[in-house]
Amino acid sequence: MMLAAQTPLKVSLAATAASLVLVLVVFELIRSRRLRERYALLWLVTGTVLVVLSAWRGGLNTIAGWFGVRGYPPAVLFAVGLLFVIVVLLHYSTVISRLSDQNVILAQRLALLESKFTEHESPD
Amino acid sequence: MSAEPRRIAIVPAYNEEGAIGGVIDELRAFDPGLDVVVVADGSVDRTAEVAAAHGAHVVRLPFNLGIGGAVQTGFRYASENGYDVAVRLDGDGQHDPTELPKVLGPVLAGDADIVVGSRFVGDETYKPSLSRKLGIRLLAFVVSSIARQRVTDTTSGFQALNRKALALFAADYPHDYPEVEGMVMTIRHRLRLQEVPVRMREREHGRSSITALRSIYYMAKVLLALFVGLFRRSVVPG
Repeated sequence: MMLAAQTPLKVSLAATAASLVLVLVVFELIRSRRLRERYALLWLVTGTVLVVLSAWRGGLNTIAGWFGVRGYPPAVLFAVGLLFVIVVLLHYSTVISRLSDQNVILAQRLALLESKFTEHESPD
Repeated sequence: MSAEPRRIAIVPAYNEEGAIGGVIDELRAFDPGLDVVVVADGSVDRTAEVAAAHGAHVVRLPFNLGIGGAVQTGFRYASENGYDVAVRLDGDGQHDPTELPKVLGPVLAGDADIVVGSRFVGDETYKPSLSRKLGIRLLAFVVSSIARQRVTDTTSGFQALNRKALALFAADYPHDYPEVEGMVMTIRHRLRLQEVPVRMREREHGRSSITALRSIYYMAKVLLALFVGLFRRSVVPG
């Protein structure tokens, strides 16, 4: 039987450090109120999953085996990272869509209100 | 002798045209000196018209802000219009206006800055589902630990506030499911919080906005917010 490829220790260490930094940055952003919890949850899940997969080499090797990744198990990290990035981007697209809809409504309400005021102010 | 304190009821309502009229009538019948402001949170039905017809002040939000944003609009209204005491209750009729004295009492007496009507002190009639009960217990435990004060009902929207609490919430109020975080905020700002037992009624119209799937997301979000909140420096207003 062919021996399955292992995650190199250095790769694991570097990836763990990087994902830990991600989690800490997200945490600090929530703490300083620059990121709302509802948007932060996705990032925290991303970061936590990446930390676990990076640090737990045995797990990463096993999961890579499930998906038929024989040559280089850390490729799973890229796949997981990319998947989360796509989900986050999709989420942001929905958020931006909603924001622009609301922006239109706000502009209309403001314009209507302004016209009411000017009509009151300048009677002919 | 000082004049009677100016009091206002803040009623957030999202598509509650069936219930809102009755709620306003009951409030005014129970306490004629109580002003009512209804915050119509982007309702697509006739909530705002019905509320106005029943003699309430109506603030119409241009789109749905969610309960936190809607309630905070009411707090701002009360704060900017110089009310001394505000009571917040839901527009669906589940909060019984005849329970007002219990909630308002400690605030009017100056014994508390904010009073929360709890379904779990002494009322045996409220029977939530098991999952809900577990969630309620967990939140009560977490909040009690952070607050170092026993609380039982962290999600109750039946509350009375004095000027101090109004000013705090008018300036800063959580967004999605605000009651839990709001409780922690008041305690971290050294406001005096008190729970009183109240009886709540079954909803007359519509359904609760919290569904099963959402409540998991809700728990995750609220617990995250509470955890992160521990690392924020609390500002104690002078």
